[in-house]
Amino acid sequence: MNHFLRLAFFALIARPIALIVLGLNLRHRERLPLNGPAIIAANHNSHLDTLVLLSLFPLRLLPKLRPVAAADYFTVNPLLAWFSLNVIGILPIKREAKGGADPLKPCEMALERGEILVLFPEGSRGEAEVMGRFKRGIAVLAARRPEVPVTPIFLHGLGKALPKDDPILVPFFCDVFVGEAMFGNPEQAVFMTELTTRMHALANELPRELVVEMSLRQEEN
Amino acid sequence: MFSVLTPNAAAFLAGIFGILLIASLIVFGLKRAHPEKDYDELTSRVNSWWVMAGVFAAAMALSPTLSLIFLAFVSFLALKEYLSLIPTRRADRRVLFWAYLTIPAQFYWVAIGWYGMFIIFIPVYLFMFLPMRMVLIGDTTGFLRAAGSLHWGLMLTVFNLSHMAFLLVLPLDVNPAGGAAGLVLFLMFLTQFNDVAQYVWGKLFGKHKIIPKVSPKKTWEGFLGGILTTTLAAWALAPYLTPLVGWEAPVAGLLIGLAGFVGDVNISALKRDLGIKDSGSLIPGHGGILDRVDSLTFTAPLFFHFLYYLHY
Repeated sequence: MNHFLRLAFFALIARPIALIVLGLNLRHRERLPLNGPAIIAANHNSHLDTLVLLSLFPLRLLPKLRPVAAADYFTVNPLLAWFSLNVIGILPIKREAKGGADPLKPCEMALERGEILVLFPEGSRGEAEVMGRFKRGIAVLAARRPEVPVTPIFLHGLGKALPKDDPILVPFFCDVFVGEAMFGNPEQAVFMTELTTRMHALANELPRELVVEMSLRQEEN
Repeated sequence: MFSVLTPNAAAFLAGIFGILLIASLIVFGLKRAHPEKDYDELTSRVNSWWVMAGVFAAAMALSPTLSLIFLAFVSFLALKEYLSLIPTRRADRRVLFWAYLTIPAQFYWVAIGWYGMFIIFIPVYLFMFLPMRMVLIGDTTGFLRAAGSLHWGLMLTVFNLSHMAFLLVLPLDVNPAGGAAGLVLFLMFLTQFNDVAQYVWGKLFGKHKIIPKVSPKKTWEGFLGGILTTTLAAWALAPYLTPLVGWEAPVAGLLIGLAGFVGDVNISALKRDLGIKDSGSLIPGHGGILDRVDSLTFTAPLFFHFLYYLHY
């Protein structure tokens, strides 16, 4: 990571985009972890998700913030790879581990270093403003490090501002609802149910009409 | 365009901060007198007033261009909040992008003082251009709702609010006492003052509901008391800040009081339709930006045209 470039990018570009061009309706800020090690689990609709999540924390925590991203997507194109690794500071993991290598090992090591991992348990951005099924990797990681808090964050509106298939950013206020921290459970299924429940509870804090609209879209898919 | 604040406008700005100081002292006193009560909402409301008045005063005092940029930014925030609240179609993203671009254009017409373009750009040209873009995209499901709601929002948040900016570029010789800033201060202050006055009268004497289906807390007592107070305030202030003379001053106050109320309940009806309480959370203690500029969306064009017809 290039710390200077990263600081400049987040202070001068990412934060102004998140706070002025978009504007965040942030609820329960006090639930954000104040230090690492910690895990942030958010739903994923847009490339803006990472910028917004990283902008929620004070700049002094920036060196500790590591968005976990798929190596096969972000490190193939050399330019994108350089940007993702040096400026965004992603922690690349290999989704298809060859020869029994442990794909979660880099995450565990980062937590050991006291870093804050930003995870998207859906895996990919998927359809705009539709919450996909959460993958179990996060449950495995949390079970291995049961002392590390997992904070669910619900994002809404970013898929409207910059969806997967359109390069033009259209400003919208975006909702960011922070949930209460939870901890790993040896029973993965229990953890996943709890995480999904909390995420949907956060989604239900949206105005009534939006909740209806979202569930309708959910059914269509 | 105006260069500096006239002595009257500067004194008036100082007076506004004096009122805020008194408000802060009252809140401080209330907290001490009733430590058991919760004044968080009131405190953040007054603190937000300080921030809003501070930013506004700084922009007005520093430069005319900065004032225009400030007002354009308020329009941007209001339009963004509106478009974030209403249901929009995925297909219209490019159209919404154009809608945002009307803000720099509209405020540019204001900056160069091109009244003819300023007054027809959104009601005529955009009214035809945006639906045309939608038609070219080709999604007809929900077309009327999308075209209608987009234009309604543009009129309210960009066209109507930009009338406040046009006050800044009116010929200076007509209003030597207040200057361009005096007109904006007069409109802005009376509109916000009217909101507060209607609220206070309603709190003190409110009994008979005026429009319970839209805004259950609003009462006839608050409405009439507020309008009366605003009319008197306009009468007192107009000679120092505006070219309004004689009967014109109280009528301007009456107009601002009435239009402010209607602008307020207009946004209330929108929120009720959408099933939300506040339009956003941008301004602590107040809600969103639309909650704050709701009255202005109606008072700005009406006051502007009243003044323009009589004196320019």
